[in-house]
Amino acid sequence: MNLKTFAGGLHPPDNKKWSADKPIELCPLPEELIIPAAQHIGAPAEICVAVGDTVKKGQMIAQAKGFVSVPIHASTSGEVIAIEPRLHPMGRPLPAVVIKPDGQDQWDDSLKPNDPEQLDSETLKSLIRDAGIVGMGGATFPTHVKLSPPEGKTIDTLILNGVECEPYLTADHRLMLEQSERLIDGIRILRKILGVKDTIIGIEANKPDAIEHLNKECAPHQIQIQPLKVQYPQGAEKQLIDACTSRQVPSGGLPMDCGVVVQNVGTCAAISDAVRLGRPLVERVATVTGPGIKEPKNLLVAVGTPLQHLVDQCGGLNGEPAKIIMGGPMMGQAQLSLEVPAIRGTSGLLIFREPDLQVRPAGPCIRCGRCVSVCPIHLQPTTIAAYARLDLIDEAEHYNALDCIECGCCTYICPAALPLVQSIRHAKGGIMAKRRKL
Amino acid sequence: MLAAVLSIGGIGLVAAAALGLAAKKFAVEVDPRELAILEALPGANCGACGYPGCAGYAKAVAEGTISPNLCTPGGADTVEAIAKIMGIEAITAEPQVAVVLCQGDNRKATQKYRYLGLTDCNAAQKIADGPKTCPGGCLGMGSCQRACPFGAIEMTPEGLAVISREKCTGCTKCVAVCPRQVIKMTPLEAVTHVLCNSHDKGAAVRKYCQVGCIACQICKKTAPEAYMIEDFLARVEYPQHAQAVAAVEKCPTKCIRDFSSGYPEGSSFAPPTVPVAKDNAA
Repeated sequence: MNLKTFAGGLHPPDNKKWSADKPIELCPLPEELIIPAAQHIGAPAEICVAVGDTVKKGQMIAQAKGFVSVPIHASTSGEVIAIEPRLHPMGRPLPAVVIKPDGQDQWDDSLKPNDPEQLDSETLKSLIRDAGIVGMGGATFPTHVKLSPPEGKTIDTLILNGVECEPYLTADHRLMLEQSERLIDGIRILRKILGVKDTIIGIEANKPDAIEHLNKECAPHQIQIQPLKVQYPQGAEKQLIDACTSRQVPSGGLPMDCGVVVQNVGTCAAISDAVRLGRPLVERVATVTGPGIKEPKNLLVAVGTPLQHLVDQCGGLNGEPAKIIMGGPMMGQAQLSLEVPAIRGTSGLLIFREPDLQVRPAGPCIRCGRCVSVCPIHLQPTTIAAYARLDLIDEAEHYNALDCIECGCCTYICPAALPLVQSIRHAKGGIMAKRRKL
Repeated sequence: MLAAVLSIGGIGLVAAAALGLAAKKFAVEVDPRELAILEALPGANCGACGYPGCAGYAKAVAEGTISPNLCTPGGADTVEAIAKIMGIEAITAEPQVAVVLCQGDNRKATQKYRYLGLTDCNAAQKIADGPKTCPGGCLGMGSCQRACPFGAIEMTPEGLAVISREKCTGCTKCVAVCPRQVIKMTPLEAVTHVLCNSHDKGAAVRKYCQVGCIACQICKKTAPEAYMIEDFLARVEYPQHAQAVAAVEKCPTKCIRDFSSGYPEGSSFAPPTVPVAKDNAA
């Protein structure tokens, strides 16, 4: 097999075996759904329902504010019982709509199916925006923005991200195996919007069943399946473009600067629902796993389901949790509590116990250069981090701190256990603050 | 030999003459008062005046574009010296010191998660608003200590910033760097302070801190003039600070402290028994 990849990165133990062969299971609705107004990068949506309102599944409950923003929808039918700040995956209470499900799970009547063949590209984009579609790989960037290249930029290739390079997660893997019709339909819609022919689905070689299945399914649709060498962070846009097309996104640039648009496979399937069925993004597949979970599973989760409810569906906790991570272990966010709801970007929930964690005190940098050799952007993490610790923002900027994608390879490999990504992020914050001042 | 001496000497003379002429011709006029002011300033380049360094401030004062009493580290003496140079009357600002309005160190206040990252308050604050459960308490990672140009701040072993009243010059650098606004400028004369910065309700404060203000109103009832309570937090009304001492013993959580009698304990900044006025303070 011809396995492509990018330069740099590493391969942590992927631990996908616990959930890779578990079919997607529908997660029953919890007692109450906590739906935050901020679930995407960009301006948070503005809540437009009131306490006591009855809502239907798919009804808009918060409207988009500005271009880089999307509306939020009710994930089931029921009553709005509170609008108040609730603990958000970001780690602080943020405004949320709390819905008590009525058990009917009834879709809003106003949602009508469409025929994508009859619609033009602008209408399709507005359908995607109104459905609240965001990048479901975890970054939650509004999809319609990525599909609107500025004048003068030509897009010739669409890449579907089925890499799922984060250890433990298997949600996209299961989706590619079980829901390939939705995926292919989404690809056809995306191709129509972008006017591109070349389509590549990048999949890492640790998912041979998905590669085989999609090869069979995609054959009549002129979609190329590109098997990739298992290497983290191949699912990062710029690394995936490099691996699939050998094109380099310039420093500070976007994928569209080299003629490519990348979409996650989950996003693509959600686009199919948004256009074909007229249904907004109110549920997603998430992997609940880790040594702290009795029975790891892939669940179809309604947006707003508290994490505790997901744990309950997976046989409960296997011992006292010491670390709760939303997303993958490399780039996911540690959570303060299981009261936090799953949101549109929640690709997984990982639970670790105290003995599973390797906590070492940070030591001095021994200049071994491992962080430099694994950095997929080819930066010098240790140098930037040293400048960041001394608040030498200009020097950190000179070493291209802003190009860091915060993938965590340097922190993972560091034998001195230095918090390199955090230091670089600190420097990036300083650089952005300085630029705002100028 | 002679030719060499003459030629080198000659070149030297010509160059010296050229330099001398250039120095006369292209001389930059400097206001002599600017140099005198720069001489009078402490030279710490702390930035308290709003300028990056003493030279910038000296120039602005000499040009008359800014008030001459903005050098807090210099104190009254400096202001008087500058006023004399400028030939104006000195208006001395009341001397101020920075105070950390928190006593919740690692023994007394709880943490909401285990923080393993960079030892920097601003970096820690970005992760779920900092590890301390209290939203306003001192994070204890020493960002203010590193920012202080006068070595006036130390961290206790239990992770709390303590500011020396003698060494603090009132430059406000620590106030600017603190991500939780727990450091406030107060009059040097005022020795009684409410050492809490949490605006949460009393029941919530009790859960995460043994020494937090629970807004019970007892201080306000004891010395109505000297205290105000806003958003569930008591504050000393500094113009009436002299009366505030009456509530120190009454405060049930001991979050009102009298700096003239043994605070802060456990710090190398020896607890002064009487308020120490700086030499240059009036």
